[in-house]
Amino acid sequence: MITMHFSLSQRRYRNQHLWWAFLLHRLSGLGLALFLPFHFYVLGSALEDAAALNAVLDWGESGIVKAAEAGLVLLLSVHLAGGLRLLALELLAWRTGHKTLAALAVGFAMFVALTFFMIGE
Amino acid sequence: MSKESRLFLWQRISALVLAPLVLIHIAVILYAVQDGLSAEEILARTRGSLFWMGYYGLFVLAAGLHGAIGLRRIAAEWLGISGNRLDLSAILVAIVLIALGMRAVVAVTW
Repeated sequence: MITMHFSLSQRRYRNQHLWWAFLLHRLSGLGLALFLPFHFYVLGSALEDAAALNAVLDWGESGIVKAAEAGLVLLLSVHLAGGLRLLALELLAWRTGHKTLAALAVGFAMFVALTFFMIGE
Repeated sequence: MSKESRLFLWQRISALVLAPLVLIHIAVILYAVQDGLSAEEILARTRGSLFWMGYYGLFVLAAGLHGAIGLRRIAAEWLGISGNRLDLSAILVAIVLIALGMRAVVAVTW
């Protein structure tokens, strides 16, 4: 972990802020990594025939699965936004405030868009 | 370049590849689920398509690499795994993710 030095007045606020960003990014990544094999396996069931995939898609209409999908949407939005923030931080000469705003904007936009598709069909 | 530096670099590269692929993937899903979702609809779009095979093939490679490197870091920092065990575990994760992913790509685009 990188140690950063701030003035006394800034230290606590800045460190907690960045630490939460790191933790969110890591936990959302972990969640996605655990979901991914399941996602691949379900799609691979199409190997047998379309009926097999349809059976899974029908199961996907149930309430619990929809809730889980919404959770995944959140994980993806958070991880992508946090990741883009990191890339901007490392590759671009931006000011810190802008980077956080950009990440929030992307994350929010994605979550809103994806929530719409979750609710309606 | 040290191993850790190289992995750090590949994590960033795979992230840069994944970002647009993920956004396109989401856009396609949004379009596809408009009137409900069925296997026939999905497969009609993707079966026999070289484009989707290439797209999802790249997606699987990047995601497998990115996920394996990320999980390796978590294993090192939170589970205290190190040395050969750490690297072998990461390689195993990458193989499982990419193998399952490629099976799905073939299932959907072949």
